[in-house]
Amino acid sequence: MRSYLLHRLWQSAVTLVLATIVVFLGVRALPGDPALAFAGEERDPASLAAIRERLGLNDSLVVQYGKFVLGALRGDLGTSTRTGIPVSTMIGTGLPVTIELSLLALLVAIVLGVTTGVVAAVRRGRPAEWFANALALLGLSVPNFWLGLIAILYLAVGLGLFPASGFVPFGEDPVANLHHLVLPALVLGTGIAAIVMRQTRSAMLESLGADYIRTARAKGASPRAVIGRHALRNSLVVVVTVVGLQLGILISGAVVTERIFGLPGFGKMTIDAVFQRDYPVIQGVVLVTAAAYILINFLVDVAYSLIDPRIRVAGGQS
Amino acid sequence: MTAQGEPVLTVRDLRVTFRTDDGPVSAVDSVSFDVRPGEVLAVVGESGCGKSVTAMSIAGLLPPSATVTGSVRLRDQELVGAPEPTLRRVRGAEVAYVFQEPMTSLNPVFTVGSQITETLRIHQKLSRKQALARAVELLALVGIPSPASRVGAYPHQFSGGMRQRVMIAMALACDPAVLVADEPTTALDVTVQAAVLDLLRDLGTRLGTAIVLITHDLGVVADIADRVLVMYAGRVVETGPTQELFDAPRHHYTLGLLGAVPTAGRRAAGGRLQEIPGLVPVLHEQPDACTFAERCPAADEQCRAGAPALEPRDTDPTTHRAACWHPADALLTKGR
Repeated sequence: MRSYLLHRLWQSAVTLVLATIVVFLGVRALPGDPALAFAGEERDPASLAAIRERLGLNDSLVVQYGKFVLGALRGDLGTSTRTGIPVSTMIGTGLPVTIELSLLALLVAIVLGVTTGVVAAVRRGRPAEWFANALALLGLSVPNFWLGLIAILYLAVGLGLFPASGFVPFGEDPVANLHHLVLPALVLGTGIAAIVMRQTRSAMLESLGADYIRTARAKGASPRAVIGRHALRNSLVVVVTVVGLQLGILISGAVVTERIFGLPGFGKMTIDAVFQRDYPVIQGVVLVTAAAYILINFLVDVAYSLIDPRIRVAGGQS
Repeated sequence: MTAQGEPVLTVRDLRVTFRTDDGPVSAVDSVSFDVRPGEVLAVVGESGCGKSVTAMSIAGLLPPSATVTGSVRLRDQELVGAPEPTLRRVRGAEVAYVFQEPMTSLNPVFTVGSQITETLRIHQKLSRKQALARAVELLALVGIPSPASRVGAYPHQFSGGMRQRVMIAMALACDPAVLVADEPTTALDVTVQAAVLDLLRDLGTRLGTAIVLITHDLGVVADIADRVLVMYAGRVVETGPTQELFDAPRHHYTLGLLGAVPTAGRRAAGGRLQEIPGLVPVLHEQPDACTFAERCPAADEQCRAGAPALEPRDTDPTTHRAACWHPADALLTKGR
């Protein structure tokens, strides 16, 4: 178990280093001169040269990469060429909003998705399964922005149950913070719940058909123990995989929902930076996203090994 | 014979029908048998002859698509049609199962200890600690080396034979009256099979457990069974004490099964193994005829016109019965 974790940790570190190289080179390969973008209207060659010098663009790529990595290690990702605000400060304000929203959305997705998935598998071929399948299809088909607008229209504006937009930091007022995030999390969570439901359902169907389920029934185990203990535990690897993938997608892709509900999140920041060709911000955002994916993958692998003992052995031997 | 006393399990006129998309399929038809404490009854037949369905129906483990009628009595308790909570109390405690494939029959994500203690804690009021101690005892009983450390191991850390020993330990956890072993050695190496069979036989005798052994392997039957029940297309075609049935099979299907067993020396004589032509039919309803007639060398109009009763034929002792209009000649088959 321990050697498996060390092994995975080492893999994650290597991946992270590769990610920094790709991020660094990727941004350098983008068309357009960052000095020009930084200078705005000014086209004076002398001041452009000064800007290049100040941004370190005249150094060799290796030196630039070294500066970038050293800075990143110190938490310094440069400053926005647009606003002059340090990139780490921008990420520091945007990322927590998105992470909180993503985790709440996942909570919604797991509770809804796993429950309906298990019910659909256990009640196979009965009305409960048809209903669950129909819900999942609906969840997959309805676009987030539409669901968001409908939610705002009826639940926020119509019934006044939730605020229609805006954000309050958790530190300032936890209740208001959660109140503001309920609708976005529900909207974001339903689509993922549908994906989780379908994967849970098929994994549960496979588990429920396994020989060890027959053994559990032959022991005299209650249906609850058979489904909740024996079948679900074996289906969790699939569920954790889906949830991990979705969490990664959420952190970089909650942008539509963030826009609709006026949340100052990470997704909105990313889109703005790309449109304004704000290289230090793009670089920082991509790096943080990559790091988040690597961290999530690592956590998913740790979860695998906790769920299924066979994975520990396989990892330890390789 | 180690069998003694009153039967612990009495099956009478058991019938099982499955609802399928192609209409009802009859899997088991008028099967009756008794098993006494300490006795090993082998149920033999080809794939699809209804032996596993018979086994599963004993403790009501068949899927909802199955309709079971007749009677399965565990001592004085009727199990056919019994409510689910009653059946759950019987399963694992009074009627336990060992299945064919020990890798997939054990849950891969739990330690063998927790799977054994689960059975114990379902049926007996034991603390976690007591149950674990009992699990170690059981692992020792079935011959697993250093049981105290192995109790925390996962199924994939055991070899096939050891896994099947774990299955047997789990089945014996609550000291059941009846152990149903469904092809317990089929998935194992030949070298391990004998050891597992010896273990079953030995524990059955020592603990007084009645064993219903489902198998297609007549070698296994000869090794450990006291009595044999030969099934074909859902019906019992012949039954009797093992030795007698092997020595003087009366039903042509039994004869065919015995002819398909390789024995040393026969190859040298230039003979090839005798297979039974054709397949076990899928029956939507049981015909009033001998179901083996289509594959039987001795079949005639009588066989196709009416089902033969399972009764003593000719001069056989009463314990040996066959369902055949034209039983093979005892003299001819004797000492083949």
